[in-house]
Amino acid sequence: MAVQLDARPPVAPAPRHTRPTRGVRLSRFDTKYSPYLYIAPFFLLFGVFGAYPLAYTFWVSLHDWDLLGAEHPFIGLDNYSQLLADPDFWHSVVNTLGIFVISTVPQLLAALWLANLLNRQLRARTTWRMAVLVPNVTSTAAVAIVFAVLFGREFGMINWLLDHVGISAIDWKANRFAAWVAISTMVDWRWTGYNALIFLAAMQAIPRDLYESASIDGAGRARQFWSITVPLLKPTIVFAVIISTIGGLQLFTEPRMFNSGTNAIRGGPLRESQTVTMYMFENAFAPHYNFGYGSAIAWLLFALIAVVAAINVLLLRRLGGGARKEVSR
Amino acid sequence: MTRLWSASRLTYLALILSAALSIFPIYWMFVVASRTSDAMGQVPPPLTPGGNLGANIARLFDNTDAYFLTGLINSTIVAVTVTVSVVFFSTLAGFAFAKLRFGGRNALLLAIVATMMVPTQLGVIPLYLLMTKLNWNDRLPAVIVPALVTGFGVFMMRQYAGQAVSTELIEAARMDGCNTARIYWNVVLPALRPAAAVLGLLTFMTTWNDFLWPYAVLNDPENPTVQLSLRALSDGYYQDMSQVFTGTAIATLPLLLVFVVFGRQIIGGIMEGAVKA
Repeated sequence: MAVQLDARPPVAPAPRHTRPTRGVRLSRFDTKYSPYLYIAPFFLLFGVFGAYPLAYTFWVSLHDWDLLGAEHPFIGLDNYSQLLADPDFWHSVVNTLGIFVISTVPQLLAALWLANLLNRQLRARTTWRMAVLVPNVTSTAAVAIVFAVLFGREFGMINWLLDHVGISAIDWKANRFAAWVAISTMVDWRWTGYNALIFLAAMQAIPRDLYESASIDGAGRARQFWSITVPLLKPTIVFAVIISTIGGLQLFTEPRMFNSGTNAIRGGPLRESQTVTMYMFENAFAPHYNFGYGSAIAWLLFALIAVVAAINVLLLRRLGGGARKEVSR
Repeated sequence: MTRLWSASRLTYLALILSAALSIFPIYWMFVVASRTSDAMGQVPPPLTPGGNLGANIARLFDNTDAYFLTGLINSTIVAVTVTVSVVFFSTLAGFAFAKLRFGGRNALLLAIVATMMVPTQLGVIPLYLLMTKLNWNDRLPAVIVPALVTGFGVFMMRQYAGQAVSTELIEAARMDGCNTARIYWNVVLPALRPAAAVLGLLTFMTTWNDFLWPYAVLNDPENPTVQLSLRALSDGYYQDMSQVFTGTAIATLPLLLVFVVFGRQIIGGIMEGAVKA
């Protein structure tokens, strides 16, 4: 803008009466409406293949919806009440929660520890990071097959190692708790390094002079870890817990591939390791093809995830001060 | 100060142990894949590769229960198509959300973030019914089309575009007479390239690895993805473990190759995403 040096009022430009040319009109149309064109593909595709199925699941869950039946009579909440009285459903809920707890807790603790190691001045930094992340970039189905063999009763390497410390062979697939441990091991193996990198990223954002002054005050490494690192990491820990909750309660590929044979979807002869998602599959697809019942399971799973995530957040809130740092970003 | 952050021998020892635990199952997969099935029963278990890989591969590709070659081809088609599409649509929408003004922008972005919270399982059954109506069951479009866009991709690109593309540059391009499409193609897309590469890698790996939805919708054993071939292999009655492990190794190999070549970018992407989230 030019600076006006004299005191006279600025000369108003002559009003233009020329009509906008075709090019100008086109460009006005372009700036006004083209943004919608750019986001439209997402909303169109997601609408058809994401949002619509979501709502439709609920609609299906209110029906007696058999794949082979010609009619799908409306039965209201019958699927839900039947499900709440279904011992196999609750069995799968307990399995899912059990596997979730014994995998998530050690996993996040190990990830914190690993991140703390990776946060030192290391030679070959990238190599270490890649080494701990490599489980995360493997094929889940493939690795579950490998772990199923490692946890074999007769020739499994885990039992062979346990034998050396005097523990007799464990039948990992036939014992419910043992099956939980085996599947949790797969989950931990896959996700510990990933979570460690997330924690590492947050650790590197902590100003180092905090540690310096703590060190001058005589705080040792362990004290600094628990009094500086962990509290400042809380937003990231909350994030990791929620992601683990969503993922952990949906667990499917690992337990499905851990069991093999014709009835693998049951998670073993006595449903030792059947998760809720597996139970949904068993009912919605082969062998039962009961879409109404399966949809009801899907919605209850969603509710379960929401409840567990909320409990986790409340518990974490209690652990200390508010999660302000993240909000400000 | 420096002493506090230096790595002791104990640090390296712990890291070596963690790395060994991370790598061992994968390494062992390749060991068994290169041996005869006797390896499974040996005490102590063999820990070095054998010379039987070629024979195992030949047996695997001849196995008429697994359709392994079809699985590999199908997975390649699916993963490449989905990756190209997700990157294209995510950069497009991400650019619009970060740099263009339009009514309802914030509400629409919020809707996209909300889609990231919903578990995939919730949509599996109606999606299956939809595919039956479209007559896509047992065919690749059933796996490809629902994956063509992701809320995660749009959100990631929006975050990155906000800082990587300067508004002045866009204004300058507009002055020079570029329309919005040209600006996207000539100004924004080049600036987004690093983040788009990371998104592409992550999308490729997720898609290649996907099991649940293909398992639901591709029921024709002759037309599997590679992960479904693995399921057919491991559910078989025979226990030809060296063949099964050859299959798992080949199915994992593309992921490992991508990781070896682009590991640095993938790690950067994960760590950056974590801080921004």
